Order: sequence, then structure tokens, then C-alpha cells
Amino acid sequence: MGHVMTSVSATILEAEFAAQASVIPRPVRTEPAPVRWALITIALSFLSLFIVLPLISVFQQAFSRGWEVYVAALVEPDAWHAIQLTLTASAISLVLNVAFGLVAAWSIAKFEFRGKGFLLTLIDLPFSVSPVVVGLVFVLLFGAQGFFGYWFIDNGYKIIFALPGIVLATVFVTFPFVARELIPLMQEQGTAEEEAAITLGASGWQTFLKVTLPNIKWALLYGVLLCNARAMGEFGAVSVVSGHIRGETNTMPLHVEILYNEYQFAAAFAVASLLALLALVTLILKSILEYRLAEDHKR
Amino acid sequence: MLRKLLTTAAVVGLLSVPAFAAELLNVSYDPTRELYVEFNKAFAAKWKADKGEELTFKQSHGGSGKQARAVIDGIEADVVTLALAYDIDAIADKGILAADWQKKLADNSAPYTSTIVFLVRKGNPKGIKDWDDLIKDGVQVITPNPKTSGGARWNYLAAWHYARQKEGSDEKAAEFVKKLLANVPVLDTGARGSTVTFVERGLGDVLLAWENEAYLSLAELGDKFEIVTPSISILAEPTVAVVDRVVDRKGSREVATAYLNYLYSPEGQEVAAKHFYRPRDEKVAEKYKDKFAKVELFTIDDAFGGWRKAQKEHFDDGGTFDKVYAR
Repeated sequence: MGHVMTSVSATILEAEFAAQASVIPRPVRTEPAPVRWALITIALSFLSLFIVLPLISVFQQAFSRGWEVYVAALVEPDAWHAIQLTLTASAISLVLNVAFGLVAAWSIAKFEFRGKGFLLTLIDLPFSVSPVVVGLVFVLLFGAQGFFGYWFIDNGYKIIFALPGIVLATVFVTFPFVARELIPLMQEQGTAEEEAAITLGASGWQTFLKVTLPNIKWALLYGVLLCNARAMGEFGAVSVVSGHIRGETNTMPLHVEILYNEYQFAAAFAVASLLALLALVTLILKSILEYRLAEDHKR
Repeated sequence: MLRKLLTTAAVVGLLSVPAFAAELLNVSYDPTRELYVEFNKAFAAKWKADKGEELTFKQSHGGSGKQARAVIDGIEADVVTLALAYDIDAIADKGILAADWQKKLADNSAPYTSTIVFLVRKGNPKGIKDWDDLIKDGVQVITPNPKTSGGARWNYLAAWHYARQKEGSDEKAAEFVKKLLANVPVLDTGARGSTVTFVERGLGDVLLAWENEAYLSLAELGDKFEIVTPSISILAEPTVAVVDRVVDRKGSREVATAYLNYLYSPEGQEVAAKHFYRPRDEKVAEKYKDKFAKVELFTIDDAFGGWRKAQKEHFDDGGTFDKVYAR
């Protein structure tokens, strides 16, 4: 994920530089033409081999038995439920992570306190922990043999092998996305505008809505987008806490695996193509947002 | 007009929802999905006729050991229908179901059985007929890792017992199994993984598979493969049990017990046979006798003194598998 962030901050920096100097920086080219073309060819063929080709084959497999099979695979009750469950779980995770991301970014960017560096490291933790481990941690906490034992189950709360467990695992895996997007931007913007608003008599809430939020809205949306893409696609952590109950705790990625293992290749790829489609939409939205982000900075 | 339609729809919807719909969760292993989809329908119809109660079913499938682990960790299974008794023993060890669960139903709590057969490529190019052919040079055997896969343990023990019968000692059996494992290019973690390795990736000359899995591959993937039944094999007994802790809390003991008992009925046996499991019921077995090749079958209890003993001697750390697979 790091590279996406760097590319964003690079765009921001470039844009800023452009705005300050009021000239468009000209790329300096020293390589001879053949080297240039060779590099471009290598990059493009690499991309087509490792990204475009697999993507095409997903769709090709999905439609290998025609439209009817494709649609039937998606409206089949278990598949349909998996789609709904994935959407529900990622929607809930998204709300939680936006709230958390805002709070965390706010604290880190606008306040000075002890342990700030530690908090920053903690936010990055999900990037470095294997998702399977994340799943197991929740099983160890909320499973019948875990820390809380049968307390939750006997009191009628289902945590793991139910929606809450899936949401917990998803939130854990995706929580850096929003916070990580906002922190650099808010740090860079500083507190001057908020201070001015407060001095002019705005309440804290007004300041947030009218000053802070407009400043960060594109970065926030961008974070939401990445968070959502990852939440819907998450396999490892969710697989551990799901229990694989069809029509109940099976998410889209898990359903793809099940269908594949049951030799229903066309159906498996049909569901997979939905996930791929989502990735493409995310990509397009991301490009638009990146453009808006750069535009905002030019002003 | 639209409003009226909607109201009617709502009323009809409300009326058609039964007063009480019980839900039953069956936690099972990989290849039983189709079997239980069909069986659940049959049982729901019977239960409705007998008790007038609507039943809905939920199914979960995965590797047998993993599924047992999920039950131990608290998945709310009313019944478990797993690949081997050892996995249900593991649940019993945690006090989640009665220690004497296997005595509660007929036939060792295994309503249907299977055995280990060889799946070979069309035309059987390597001429594989029996266990001896598996240790020949140049024959690649596909079987999963017995440490992680229940299915692989059946394969391992079947080979072991065959060699012990033929050569007369456990030492010779160990040698035989060592040679066999040397012919295995990859030990996948589960039976499904091995099937994919053999069928999809095209690796190996012979796949050691459960008979029902082998038939399922044939049905799904056409005539690229053949089934070879060895002269002697193991009687695989997939076992079923009511999960006491869950049914007592949910109050579903009666329906869960009836559900498992129905597996032994002629209708249940018929469904099992249709999905390539060997039925226990003699009449049903007679009807499907052409489907299942005759083979001398031995049980895990007779040949190895039960699963717990076999597990300890062969698959626990320091067991025979560790010795013969050491490189």
C-alpha cells in the first residue's frame, strides 16, 4: 500500500511545486530514444502479462458457459446471500474505520502528546500482520475455548462464526487505510485555519464541518475507496472466523473458493468477476479522486 | 392499485411465514454437500408430514479436522457429520458432546461408508492394479499429508495394512509405506487440494481417493479418468453425532436426533448411495451393487485397534509417519 501513498504525496508535492513556481516542470530527458522505448515496452508487457491477462481470463472463464449460467451463478441463493453479506460487512467496517480514521488522524495531526510515534506504528500494524493471524486472534478471544469462553455464546451473542466476527476481522485488516490517507494531509495543513475559525467564534463542531472537512474531503474519499476495496476482497482473516456456513456466514471471496473446489468453475469465476469489476470501478474512481486531489492543491 | 397489490403481497407474505421455523446447522466435511442438500429436502418433507413443523437447514463444509476445530471454537452445529471418528473424539474431549457418542447410533455411528480406491488417467497407462504398483519406480502417487488431512490417514493406514498382511510384519509395512511416500511429488494439506493437483494441474499417475470422491470427480470431469479398485482396502466410516451442548441450549435435541436416525432409513440410505457412499442397509446395497466394486474391506478397529491408537502410533509426533517420511 505504501507505494500508493507515496504516489499520492508525490502528486501533491508536484502540484504544490507547480503552483509555487507557476510553471509546469519540464521532464528532463537524458536517455537516448531506444532506452526509453525499451523501458516502456518492458513496463507495458509486464503489466499485460501479470495484470491485464489474468483479468481478461477471469471474465472469459466467467462467461465460458454463456450469460444464463453467469446470471444463474449470481442469483443462486447462497451466492446472492454472499454478495449481500459482503456488502453489509464492508459497509459496517467502512463506517467504523471512517470514524476511527478521522479521530486518529485528528489526534496525530493536530495535537502533541506522548506516545504519538507509538500510535502511528500501531496504525500500521495490520499491514505487517498476516490476515490469518488476525483471524486466529479473534478466535482465541471470542471462541468457545478462548479468553471469554462460553460467556458470549451462553448469553446469546454470536461473535465468531457470525456477522460480528466477520466485521471485527475486516475492521482490523482495513483500519490503516483511512487514517493513513488523512494523517500526512492534515499534518501538512496544520492548525492555522482551525485556530482562525475558533478565534472568529465558531464552535468545535462548526470548525470541523466548515473548515476541516472541506480541506480533507478528497483524501477522505480516497481512503474510503481503498478501505472498501480491501474490505470486500478480504479472504484470510474472514476465512478463519467465518465458519463457512452457506447462506449465513459465507462472503464473496469465500464463496469463490468453495465453488472452485466443487468443480463449478464458471460459477466461481462469475462471482470472481464481480469482485474484479469492483476493482475496476475502484480504479476509475481512484483516478478521478487523484485528479481532484491535485486540483485542490493547485488552488 | 399498486398499493392494493402491495398490501395483498404483504398479507400473503405474513401468512405464509410459518408460526415456528426451526433451523438446523449441519457441520460436515468437503464432499458431502450435494448429499446433504438432497437429504435435507427429504428430511424436511418427512418432518413436516410427521410434526407439521417447517425446518430450514444450514450447511458448512470444509476439511474434517478444521470443521471439528470450528465446533470446538463454538460454531453452533446441531449435528456434525465428519470424515472420521477421531475428529468427533476431539470434540468430545472438550466436553461438547458425550464421550460415548459413537455407541449412540447403529453401525459405529457411521450410517454410510466408503473405501479408498485409485483414480488413474484414462486407459490406465501405467497399468496400476493394486497397492504393489504404487511403489514401482516411475509411478507418481498423489495423496495429501496425513498430519493435516483426515482423508490421507485412511490412505496411509490402508497401504500399511495391505503391506503388513502381505509381508507379515510392521517393519516391512513401514518400508512399503516409505517407498510409497517417496513416489509422492507433493503432499497437499487436504483431500480436495490433492484432487485439484491430480485433476486440474495434471500431476501424478494415480490419486489415492475416497471412492465417493473418485466417483464425484468422474461425474464432474467426464471420462478423462478411471477408477481402479485394489484387492483389499480399508472400510472408511464417516461418522455422525448430535452436538449435545448446542442442542441442549437450543432445544433442538429431538429434531437433531431424528435427522441423524433418518440417515439410516431406506430413504436416507438411498440418498447416500446416489451420492456414491456405500449404504449400510442391505436392500439398498443390493439395489446399488453394480455401482460399488467388490473388495475385501478391513476396519480401523480390527486392523489398528481404533482411531485413537492409530493416531498415536502413526500420526502424532514421533509416530511412524515422522519416521518413514524423514528425509
